[in-house]
Amino acid sequence: MKSLAELQALREEMKNKIGIRHDSDTGIRIVVGMATCGIAAGARPVLAAFTDEVAKRGLTHVSVGQTGCIGICQYEPVVEVYEPGKEKVTYVKVTPEMVPTIVSQHIVNGSPVTEYTIGASGAKA
Amino acid sequence: MYRSHVLVCGGTGCTSSGSGRIVTAFERELEAAGLDKEIKVIKTGCFGLCALGPIVVVYPEGAFYSQVKAEDVPEIVEEHLLKGRIVRRLLYSETVEEDTVKSLNETDFYKKQKRVALKNCGVIDPENINEYIAYDGYMALGKALTEMTPEEVIQCISDSGLRGRGGGGFPTGKKWSFAAAQPKGVKYVCCNADEGDPGAFMDRSILEGDPHVVLEAMAIAGDAIGAQQGYIYVRAEYPIAVKRLQVAIGQAREMGLLGKNILGTGFDFDIDIRLGAGAFVCGEETALMTSIEGRRGEPRPRPPFPAVKGLFGKPTILNNVETYANVPQIILNGPEWFASMGTEKSKGTKVFALGGKIHNTGLVEVPMGTTLREIVEEIGGGIPNGKKFKAAQTGGPSGGCIPAEHLDVPVDYDNLIAIGSMMGSGGLIVMDEDTCMVDIAKFFLEFTVDESCGKCTPCRIGTKRLYELLDKITKGKADMEDLDKLETLCYHIKENALCGLGQTAPNPVLSTLKYFRDEYVAHIVEKRCPAGVCKELLTIQILPEKCRGCTLCAKNCPTGAITGKVKEPHVIDTEKCVKCGVCIEKCRFGAIVKR
Repeated sequence: MKSLAELQALREEMKNKIGIRHDSDTGIRIVVGMATCGIAAGARPVLAAFTDEVAKRGLTHVSVGQTGCIGICQYEPVVEVYEPGKEKVTYVKVTPEMVPTIVSQHIVNGSPVTEYTIGASGAKA
Repeated sequence: MYRSHVLVCGGTGCTSSGSGRIVTAFERELEAAGLDKEIKVIKTGCFGLCALGPIVVVYPEGAFYSQVKAEDVPEIVEEHLLKGRIVRRLLYSETVEEDTVKSLNETDFYKKQKRVALKNCGVIDPENINEYIAYDGYMALGKALTEMTPEEVIQCISDSGLRGRGGGGFPTGKKWSFAAAQPKGVKYVCCNADEGDPGAFMDRSILEGDPHVVLEAMAIAGDAIGAQQGYIYVRAEYPIAVKRLQVAIGQAREMGLLGKNILGTGFDFDIDIRLGAGAFVCGEETALMTSIEGRRGEPRPRPPFPAVKGLFGKPTILNNVETYANVPQIILNGPEWFASMGTEKSKGTKVFALGGKIHNTGLVEVPMGTTLREIVEEIGGGIPNGKKFKAAQTGGPSGGCIPAEHLDVPVDYDNLIAIGSMMGSGGLIVMDEDTCMVDIAKFFLEFTVDESCGKCTPCRIGTKRLYELLDKITKGKADMEDLDKLETLCYHIKENALCGLGQTAPNPVLSTLKYFRDEYVAHIVEKRCPAGVCKELLTIQILPEKCRGCTLCAKNCPTGAITGKVKEPHVIDTEKCVKCGVCIEKCRFGAIVKR
């Protein structure tokens, strides 16, 4: 460590790694259904993909968590995005490949990926 | 990147109740479940709620588990970490409501707390410098070295109103300016981590939970007064604190945050640890420095003050751990921020170690000016078993007792002195109606007699005589003249002892005399201990109307003092009775009483 600038750079890098250790009400929550049905349908890789993607982009205000079964097991893996002051968005039959799109379009730019949501899927079915 | 962090308390309290096994269990279970790449286990410092340890906190949910056992870990991993279902039965009950889980900051224990000195305790991994840096660690040092002159640093500390947290309450900025004013040359920065008050563990918890904050503050102090070497004097009885300090110093040196040319500014500063062997007097500043020099830890008269002639005869500043823990945040947030908390003459917050007859024993940090009632009843959760509050002891063996009538006094340096006690380092022992105040005074005097270094007569002999008088009173052998002698001797010691230890040693007697004189009188005149503690003044009796003659008491009496025929009321021979109380415990009919 040879300068203050170097220290500041290290702080920014480290901040990302511990960002989840706050009780914050302002951040976005991404919740993956991880009940038996979710796990069986492949929720684990989806969860890992979200964790990686969020980390890659350094989104400290976003937390990735899991939840239980919400009763639409045929649509698993189900992922829900909670944003303060906005309606919850539910994505269904999520695969790890869909994750970068959801994060960049929805989490970063604020427009939900409509074709992956339960509304679009329901219409098709 | 980890999606979830599991924080396990690694403070002394939780470690002794088995948190080490919990960490191992988490690592094992997470690996077995294939989650070890997603979930990180971190051993942190103290969360403060030691009564309910071991504590485990899981983020991002912020779920606060209390009294966790290693056997509970598989359930937490399976339910919470894999499936996202919080294990409600293990949650701290205060956070659980009908259908929701409250945030920790809404619970009675944490609601009124304001964590400044303890900011990082229970939040970061104390053995990982990167986590400290993530929470703005060493930024204050950077700011002090690059943006501020040493004078500005001292001005900033002075303006904040920070006063020494070790007991005396001396303005920190003033102390630093004295040492800075000395001619250039070798100077030293010392840290007093020789926390010795019975029941106090705030400095220990800071060292265990956030060791880097002390290193950073000492480096800032070094920059301010022109010193290049620091010493931390810490008790050898604090093994976890010592180990984490060693790790922290090693990491800071490795990253160039201690050593030569720190952050490329040309400032050199290094820190070494000196272990104390546990003598109470070594918490006194001159004795502490003498001990660092490698000589017998005895105080010397002041002046010269350490700021002029301290360690190895050089200008030295000595601050306590908690004082240092406030410094980096004052530099970063500005003196106004710090001065906005607290009372007119006592700024900021104070950490208290709550102990004794109270529900939530542990560590609490509150703004100065919080009332004792708020600390005891709201944060501390009141007194167990429906007993009544009698007094709170602050300041350890140098402090005094505060009775119920002063519960609403806002706690700060000056108010506590005004009511005959003192802030001390922050030990706060709560006593209920079953506590005998003469016995308490005797307890503290026994401690000072043991710890007196023997250098000056008033302390060496005076405290011994004081103890003997108290002992006489508790045995019912004293007369009213002894009470006068006791008081006179107290003032004599106070005025003539060499150092703080002796000068304050009579305080426990004086403050109990002030508020509980009637108890002393009851012991002397009526030969009675109102709280039922002093053995010599009690007699144990069998109530004949309740005694069934079961003979259980007689069988268990170690001195054969109880006699009587089967199915007939028994009697105690008071000559033979040693008042051990075994008979009271054994009696199934409540027929034996202490009077």
